[in-house]
Amino acid sequence: MTATVLAPAPARLPAGHAFARVVRAVRSNRKATAGTVLLVIFILIALFPGVIAHDSPSLDNYKPQLGFSGTHLLGTNSFGQDLWAQVIFGTRSMLEIAFIVGLATTGIAVLVGVAAAYLGGVWDGSLSVLTDVLLVIPLFPLLIIIAGYAHGDTTWVLILSITATSWSYTARQLRSQALTLRNRDFLEAARVRGERKLYVIVVEIIPTMTSLIVASFLTNALYAILFSSSLQFIGLGNPSTVSWGTTLYWAQSEAALQNGMPWWALAPGLCIALLGTAFALLNYAFDEIGNPALRPVRKQRPARKAGQSND
Amino acid sequence: MTDQILDVAGLSVDYVLSNGAVRAVDDVSFTLDHGEFLGIVGESGCGKSTLLFAIAQLLATPAQITTGSVLFQGTNLVGLTDKQLSAVRWKDMSVVMQSAMNALNPVKSIGAQFKDALAAHGKPARREIAARSAEVMRMVGIDPVHLNSYPHQLSGGMRQRSMIAMAMLFTPDLIIMDEPTSALDVVAQRALMVQIKELQRELGFAVIFVTHDMSLVSHFSDRLMVMYAGQIDEFGSTRTVFDSPRHPYTKGLLEAFPSIRGPKTSLRGIPGNPPDLASPPPGCRFNPRCPHVVDQCLEHEPGLYQLNQTLVRCLRVADGSLSQ
Amino acid sequence: MRYVLRRLGFFILTLWAALTLNFLLPRLMPGNPATAMVAKFHGELSPGEMHSLEILFGLNTHQNIAQQYVSYLHQLLTGNLGISLSEYPQPVSSVIGSAIWWTLGLVGVTTVLAFILGTGIGIVSAWRRGSRLDSVVPPVFVVTSALPYFLVGIVMLLVFGITLKWFPTEDAYYVKTDTPGFNATFIQDVVNHAFLPALSLLITLIGTWILTMRNTMITTLAEDYVRMARAKGLPGWRIMFDYAARNAILPNLTGFAMSLGFVVSGAILIEDVFNYPGVGFMLLQAVYSEDYPLMQGLFLLITVAVLVAILVADVLTALLDPRTRESR
Repeated sequence: MTATVLAPAPARLPAGHAFARVVRAVRSNRKATAGTVLLVIFILIALFPGVIAHDSPSLDNYKPQLGFSGTHLLGTNSFGQDLWAQVIFGTRSMLEIAFIVGLATTGIAVLVGVAAAYLGGVWDGSLSVLTDVLLVIPLFPLLIIIAGYAHGDTTWVLILSITATSWSYTARQLRSQALTLRNRDFLEAARVRGERKLYVIVVEIIPTMTSLIVASFLTNALYAILFSSSLQFIGLGNPSTVSWGTTLYWAQSEAALQNGMPWWALAPGLCIALLGTAFALLNYAFDEIGNPALRPVRKQRPARKAGQSND
Repeated sequence: MTDQILDVAGLSVDYVLSNGAVRAVDDVSFTLDHGEFLGIVGESGCGKSTLLFAIAQLLATPAQITTGSVLFQGTNLVGLTDKQLSAVRWKDMSVVMQSAMNALNPVKSIGAQFKDALAAHGKPARREIAARSAEVMRMVGIDPVHLNSYPHQLSGGMRQRSMIAMAMLFTPDLIIMDEPTSALDVVAQRALMVQIKELQRELGFAVIFVTHDMSLVSHFSDRLMVMYAGQIDEFGSTRTVFDSPRHPYTKGLLEAFPSIRGPKTSLRGIPGNPPDLASPPPGCRFNPRCPHVVDQCLEHEPGLYQLNQTLVRCLRVADGSLSQ
Repeated sequence: MRYVLRRLGFFILTLWAALTLNFLLPRLMPGNPATAMVAKFHGELSPGEMHSLEILFGLNTHQNIAQQYVSYLHQLLTGNLGISLSEYPQPVSSVIGSAIWWTLGLVGVTTVLAFILGTGIGIVSAWRRGSRLDSVVPPVFVVTSALPYFLVGIVMLLVFGITLKWFPTEDAYYVKTDTPGFNATFIQDVVNHAFLPALSLLITLIGTWILTMRNTMITTLAEDYVRMARAKGLPGWRIMFDYAARNAILPNLTGFAMSLGFVVSGAILIEDVFNYPGVGFMLLQAVYSEDYPLMQGLFLLITVAVLVAILVADVLTALLDPRTRESR
């Protein structure tokens, strides 16, 4: 769960102006810069894997259990496959999952959260209950059972089941913020103009919530990464796809650690950690940008205690 | 033998941000005598609350006192640590804040919060604590049974009065009040003010009272200070400032408030908005909104000029070109 | 008390939702997966056992869905979770029973520790804003909170278990040589085996709690009543605990309980990495061996446990926050 403190919704800006602000914010915040750089690196790897890794990951006629070398940067696994290729080519699958699930989940969350807040009454009541129930049921065991029942595990089962279940946390946050906006003047103006509810929701409310929506996307993408790789790790993904999680699964089932091939497990694991960290950093930076109270405090002499008076 | 308890000299407070510092309080000086009631008036954002917190050494980052001194009973409070300040805090100087709902700890009963204050200075016995707590509650007209209540269980007026009661626990020499009546309705406001004045007469403490409502405070204060954009614009005895204001801003403020008993006059607000303190206007800070502005107002920053017993920050008043 | 009643109602509602989900899932999957399972075990089951399976999974029945639902609920509420297929002929309830204590021990202790340490560090870090501690805490724990649980486990296993050989690398105790009982060797053994899994779980859990607590604390410290406490000349520790932390913790209590879902995920993965014979490990084994009754039973158990914990947190919030006690 990412630590998010809701800040009051910012005033709306025209789109171009907003983009410039985002760029400035990212450059000034160290965490945002680090996160963005990491993310961009991974995106590039996913787009052009063949440039970085010469072998196909499924090519398995190398000598197994080789250590590091010039030809095999990370050695080979017990099947004789090049580990570097495994990791590089696996990037695409993980990023696809992260973005698809992230976007789909955020879409559902926005829909449910904003509709509940804006439509109010019975709609709000029932949507909120649905959200809260889903929030509370432990998702990972649920995903395990779903994957367990659905045999022919494809990556799509993974994507669909994660999307269907993990939207509730961000939906709640979005609803909270939409509620604070509900009575603001510019919405009253739209209502008085006679605009239809859908129009008001899509054209007026949602653009104002942009920063929270982006933060929600980052949260959901992070969870998509963690959930999907965990499911693949325990063998509930599609074992024949090339993905960091499935590589880990094979490493585990071939007892890589015990058999002297630690990088079989460490390499994909570290990649997952790095990609996750990228999203987490961006998310944390977003919190700070949106809520200035959380920003890093400049060090003053002597070490400050909270709220102590200054010289 | 001096009767003076507070001597603020050249106090300036900056908000230190990542892209520079904004001066919220600019070179404020004044003295306060025993038992005196000083009212500080101004629009939102003029720096009056910041000034109060600076005096009480309660500023929080990024606000900082950059220059000046606050001599309270002879000791300069600026630069002291919290530990050193605790000798003075509450015993000699206490604070009443604007919204009791926010200033009282929501998870502790009123009595427990009184006890905290009492126990922080000396080791009173339980009976003493109970007796004193009940005593101050009665002073503000609240039944001591409410010491067991939580803040959210009391009405707004009662909450505010219990804050005042808490401020009087040690019968301090100075009570600083930051808009204590703003959260109340008009009737409760006046009742509270009357009560404060009575307590002041009885117990003899000095009061610094910050508000945006000049007419309210003018009935009770001895001296009146008008602040604008972090600076003192007019400062003198209440009667003089209220009845014969010299600074155009003070005049504007007074004209914005209707008088209940006086003749019907058309109300006039002051056009425009207070300046952005990050980049104040050149010359006199009030010049964009002043009905009497001339060229020199845009070129020279006015200092505080003494006119009889009043201080006025206006070039035209100083050179006499602005008559009553 | 209206607050508690409302939360109790929510508890029952969610419990019902979980039961219903459990009921619907096998029936919604294309080609009821249970049919294949039953075919596999057909010859070995007694008619009574077959019947309970049918009720759980809706096979071969002449009942419509509503009737199935009722029999399902009835069977569950009488405590009959069916027969485990991989541990045939043991009933699911007793199979679960053997694993529960290991998970409770591992997860229980670690969660409590993570909570105490996490909130403690978060509070102190916020109190000492801008100090060296605080400049280290957020970046370090942002990273750890984003780590996949199994990675920490793998690294721990590799470094301390395999390379340095300081700790055993699987099981809860030396199964071949020890006899369970309250003797010193056994207990020491259990602690030894639990150390790495617990440490891994702790590291992954603590990050989020530290960060959440720190952020709430920072916001609380800006409140007027904290400034007022300073004005009263109260000693620093009292302000930190009585005025700031007590208020900062309240919104987080329920949040902590909600995050139990993640604690459970972590436990499942860590148990997998270390072959620790708890409930999580058992769930995975059940999935691999297609032991659907066991899977269902474990899912229900885990869900109920989390729901109970959340209810407890709600009650705690009611006790600690006088504002919730007002009838609204």
